Amino acid sequence: MGEFKVHRVRFFDYMPAAIRAMAFNAHTERLALGRMDGSVEIFNFADHYFQEKVIPGKDSRSIEALCWVGGRLFSAGLNGEVTEYDLESLRPKYSLEAYGGPIWTITSNSQGAHLAIGCEDGTVKLFEVLEESIQFERNLDRQKGRILSISWHPSGAQIAAGMMDMIRVFDVPTGRAVQRLLVDRGFGGSKSRETVVWSVVFLSDFTIISGDSAGKVQVWDGHTGTLVKTHLVTKWDVLALSVSKDESSVVAGTSEGTVIQFQFIAPTLQQQDKEWVRTRTFKNHTHDVRALAEIETAIVSGGMDTQLVVRPLLEKFDERSHASALRKIHFPHRNLVFCAKKAGLLLFQFPGQLELWRLGESDGHGKPGDSLPLKRKPEKLLHLKRKGEDHICCSALSSCGGWLAYSTMSSVRLYRLQTDNNDISITKVPKLPKVLRSAHQLCFSSDSSKLFAASSQSSVLVIALSQSECKYVHTLKPKSGSRQPIHLMTNSVDGKWLSTANSDCEIHVYNVQKLKLHCIVPVYGSCPSAMGIHPTTNNLTMVHADQQIFEYSIVEKQYTDWSRKLQKQGLHNLWLDRDTPVTHVTFNPKNPEQILLHDMHMFCIIDQSLPLPDQKTQFYNQMTLRSLSEQGRPSHLHAFKICKTFQDLLSVSLLDDQSLVMVERPLLAITSQLPAPVRQKKFAT
Amino acid sequence: MATLNEGFTLCGLVQTPSASDSAIQGIELDGDSDHAVVTDSTRSVTLYKVSDQKPLGSWTVKQGQLLTCPAVFNFQTKEYVVVSDNKVIRVWKDEDLSLDKAFKATVSADVWRVHSAPGGEPVVLFQRGAVRLLDSLLSAPQQPIEDILSEEEVIRWSTNIVAEKQHFVLFMTEQKGEHFLYAQRFNPNTLQKYRLEGEDSGAPPLSFSASLRDKHINLLYLYPNGCVYQSVVAVRGPVGLEGVQDLPRSLRLRLPVGEGELGAASAVALDEAHVAVVGMPHPSARTGKDFLCIWNTNFQTLQAGREMVGRIHGQVWCYLGKLFVPHGKALSVIPYECQKCSLASALGKLRCAGIAVSTSSVAVPSWNTLLHGDQPQGPTKIVDTRKSKLRRKGQSAPALTVDQVLELIKTGPVEEVQREVEALVSRGDAQDLQLSVGRLACHLVARSQVETAFYAPGALAQLVQTQCLCHSVCPDLLLLALEHKDYFLCQLCLQLFPDIPEVVTCACLKTFISVPDGDVEMVSLEPDSVFMEGLLAAGARGGQQNGFSPPLFEEDSCDPHHQPKPPQHQDKKNPTLQLEVCPVGLHKAVLLNAVLQTPYSDNLLLPHLKDLNTQQVILFLQYLQFVYLKYPQDVYTQTAGLRSPTMTQIIDWVCLLLDAHFMVLVMAPDAKGLLSSLQSFVKSQLKLFSELGQIEGSLQQLHKMKPSKDISQYSIEVIELF
Repeated sequence: MGEFKVHRVRFFDYMPAAIRAMAFNAHTERLALGRMDGSVEIFNFADHYFQEKVIPGKDSRSIEALCWVGGRLFSAGLNGEVTEYDLESLRPKYSLEAYGGPIWTITSNSQGAHLAIGCEDGTVKLFEVLEESIQFERNLDRQKGRILSISWHPSGAQIAAGMMDMIRVFDVPTGRAVQRLLVDRGFGGSKSRETVVWSVVFLSDFTIISGDSAGKVQVWDGHTGTLVKTHLVTKWDVLALSVSKDESSVVAGTSEGTVIQFQFIAPTLQQQDKEWVRTRTFKNHTHDVRALAEIETAIVSGGMDTQLVVRPLLEKFDERSHASALRKIHFPHRNLVFCAKKAGLLLFQFPGQLELWRLGESDGHGKPGDSLPLKRKPEKLLHLKRKGEDHICCSALSSCGGWLAYSTMSSVRLYRLQTDNNDISITKVPKLPKVLRSAHQLCFSSDSSKLFAASSQSSVLVIALSQSECKYVHTLKPKSGSRQPIHLMTNSVDGKWLSTANSDCEIHVYNVQKLKLHCIVPVYGSCPSAMGIHPTTNNLTMVHADQQIFEYSIVEKQYTDWSRKLQKQGLHNLWLDRDTPVTHVTFNPKNPEQILLHDMHMFCIIDQSLPLPDQKTQFYNQMTLRSLSEQGRPSHLHAFKICKTFQDLLSVSLLDDQSLVMVERPLLAITSQLPAPVRQKKFAT
Repeated sequence: MATLNEGFTLCGLVQTPSASDSAIQGIELDGDSDHAVVTDSTRSVTLYKVSDQKPLGSWTVKQGQLLTCPAVFNFQTKEYVVVSDNKVIRVWKDEDLSLDKAFKATVSADVWRVHSAPGGEPVVLFQRGAVRLLDSLLSAPQQPIEDILSEEEVIRWSTNIVAEKQHFVLFMTEQKGEHFLYAQRFNPNTLQKYRLEGEDSGAPPLSFSASLRDKHINLLYLYPNGCVYQSVVAVRGPVGLEGVQDLPRSLRLRLPVGEGELGAASAVALDEAHVAVVGMPHPSARTGKDFLCIWNTNFQTLQAGREMVGRIHGQVWCYLGKLFVPHGKALSVIPYECQKCSLASALGKLRCAGIAVSTSSVAVPSWNTLLHGDQPQGPTKIVDTRKSKLRRKGQSAPALTVDQVLELIKTGPVEEVQREVEALVSRGDAQDLQLSVGRLACHLVARSQVETAFYAPGALAQLVQTQCLCHSVCPDLLLLALEHKDYFLCQLCLQLFPDIPEVVTCACLKTFISVPDGDVEMVSLEPDSVFMEGLLAAGARGGQQNGFSPPLFEEDSCDPHHQPKPPQHQDKKNPTLQLEVCPVGLHKAVLLNAVLQTPYSDNLLLPHLKDLNTQQVILFLQYLQFVYLKYPQDVYTQTAGLRSPTMTQIIDWVCLLLDAHFMVLVMAPDAKGLLSSLQSFVKSQLKLFSELGQIEGSLQQLHKMKPSKDISQYSIEVIELF
């Protein structure tokens, strides 16, 4: 097959933000995730936990809590505002000042008619959910001390609110506080410190469960206001609680990174009386578990260590499948790295800045496995800080390295880059067309004469670029009338075709020369996670979140024979069992048979000329092939050539000089940048 | 030995109107090791190239303005910083021509000093005790500056030290006759306050000097009565200790001050053992206090001295092997060298660590020795028991003063002298003892030398056991003890004196070897000879224990050409047993061990070793070989606290003896067996080491096979896919 020179890049200091809040919408099976930097991510749990949408953050926005009302998503934060998000244009729809100081929590009642927020000034404020907005209704009795957590009774008649050193139960119709549950302080030195009730859960049988900073999970009787049971689970804080839909199980997240499950069961067999019993402890985090959700079959947790963990509850599964496997989501399911193939430049996208690097050089040759001596070290050419307080949501670098563009929620900026020898000059292109206000995706045509910007309602703006000016040309609109944002966009090398994919799983192919829609690829049930147009055959290769691969001939408007063969024979189980989506598809212009793909844990070259593996074939066969003689190999070859030498991959691209660029971000490097976890006494320390 | 090299004049000094003030405020280092930044007491800063004795640049503030702190060099930004009129901080670069055009910032409080050290950011210390990093201060010059010090407290001295990335500012303050040391640490910022023990006279210290050693800050300060004290502040300070702590001090040096007290003098630590003092009289010169001297604090000896012409202002700076001393009308630069004297370097080689520590602090009583008893060995015990006995006795008879005892020594009978000395030693507190013990010992020895009948072994032993004596104080003591065959005293001296000259060591050795065993067995010796008893007991058991055979013979068995020949003068019938029997008696062995453990320097010892005759050498070698052979097998389990020679000491002595007498030994028929067995030792050692060398090679191969995981940020690699 061949040797590749690989630029192994580890200088992209990508650092995901810590997870602060999450809310699961059981109806749509979407998980909304709020991070410390104010960004919100939507994961589709029905579609292999695919990260469907990302709403970029903003400096002034903070998210303390998230809440779904039907299909609408609300957040509240310490900036004192309640925000509703527009999930189609991926931006806040409106923000409403609550006038109660920082907001610690937001929850809706089960009817979806009201929102309750807990404020720093001690008020619980009720908002009525209207068709297009929300409206302040009234305050419940104001208390001394902040309201940190709120839970509605499923009937909507009462609210339990966690405060400092106590829990208050409010009667919603009258607004009166009807119960005061005093929460004990911690032991020893922490006696003098107030106990913070970080989380409460109000069950339909009027049981209140609370988690507090003294490390206790307590069960209360909400009618009488009496303490039923105390579980001391940690020396540190219990930060989050989540109850299952049938109210038979509650999970608690702690500062130690553990998630502890409590179940409502009879403590001994044959006994009728049930009580809350601590059952299981999961430890998948190293730091605070700040956000939790117990869904039908799994416990979802996230926190300071930035990873999203889906821990399946194995008793809910009959057999082992990919759904019953522990899943950790570290990296976004979209590209943050862009490579100028001709110029050998790399663009790294951070929320606050862009970095442009020139790859190093080596003139040596070496055996496979060798590291070559460096003739020139990689060099950081540019550090471009964004303007304004909106975070960067997408960026692009032209393949010649002459253009650079990025977009935030409020503006698009385009720059002209000029490199001669070692000097780089950057000039901002003034006066962009007015229609170009923001973009979900940006991409340059391969000859750098056009800029495509994915705009609202799945439309694409075509901008013509020249040395002197840039001019709006046309808006490409899908026929389907989908309002969903485009999350993938790619164009062909010959400049004729542009293809887009949106969250409705629709893939449109446009003819850029004629500026009209060419065809729609048949809609497949899983969202495409990567796609690319072949440079010579103009076949569109798509990989979906469920790991299926399709190849569609744009010219003939039908699936290719290879794709049909692949679907008929089916993909290998080991391929389907992978738990990270393919995030990049590219091709080898020198060898049209080859398709290059990668996910977080592997890099793969599909050789279409070779036979497809069936279920009996050894799928990961590189080691075997290496050990075989030249003559013995052909009988063992199959189309999927998988290399796992490189781990924690963020990007793989093939430069024009046939060398590969692998951008790795070792998880260890991310971990090492996290703050120190809470101190735990280990054995004999 | 420390030496003062030929000095030169760096620059002339203008005479200041008042005679007491110096014309120089400060001398600081530049980024270049050959540069010195000299700030005079009025208006100008001059940069000198020291080796060329010429100025490279000079900057002056306007008439009417005054520099109030020495200019320092900011090693991070390569700029100079000075303060004028207490509040104006000026920053300028090498190439700037005028100070007036330099960057200026006026701060809101009076500045005491700006400090800078390589590896750290410059720090500004305000007169009221607040400390700021220069950068943060310059970014907001008018920031409010808090008062740390109380109303009447004034800063007398300050410095900064960078240790282990930890930045320190130390400053000494005076308040109503009391002195305090403040240690300000950065990151995290903590301020620790210490109280200095006051001197009896109540006089303030004349000078301070701080240096960093072994993760501790050593503070040296000189009092007008000539006492140089040292205090130690840990770099990793006691976190969370509030309030004022007492700073314990120890006396390092008591300088002879002549008549009156020192006026303008200054002491600066050169290394762990040497202190440069300026402005004190030379002990051997008649008059004048204008000397620059280097003292060794370990041995309390004057190492070098030089008279400085003209007034000395009690200022001395020490940078990179050069002393800067302003005197008269000139600023002199005097290069110095402090070599570790052979004795000192041998200290590390011969004393095991624990003992070395305690002996080096012989001069000064420390809490450690009092509370924890660093010397678990006999002497202290003996002193204790005798002390208590004497206390009982002492109640009846009134005790005599030191001078009275000295008088008594000149004429009194042995018994009375003995009694009074013991009484004195047991009652005197440590510091008085320090001073009187030397005089007592000298007088005792002097009388014994004159009057052969007079010899007071008990009194001398008592004095030696105070650990306040050393050989230099009373050089004739050990020889006198040898003369009188007082082996107990010899052993004590060998154990406790850190500074016995090699010639005396050799004399002891010679006497010990040649003394008949019978003579020694009578003598009662220091009882800590468990080591030797262990060896001898093992020897007596004899034969092969549990299949053991000495490595020597194991080695020989695989060498067919070599027949082990036992030493000829010993019993020829039983060669194996030969080696198991100690060639000398127990007490003799104990004495020899004491010799083995004394400090020495190879070069100085070698000529004196040649004085031994062949028989002595052979016997000593046999003894050494015996100890060497027995040592590893039987004694290694014993605690290190025992006074036993180390393996290295034994081997070193074997080598030295062979070096000194090799020709003679080769010729002597008696030594043939001994030499050949020693040679087979060496062979076996060589073989062992070559084996180890081979293992090292394979270990390195293992390392190579497992290349360290690539952790670099970027690499270009080649992969192959099939």
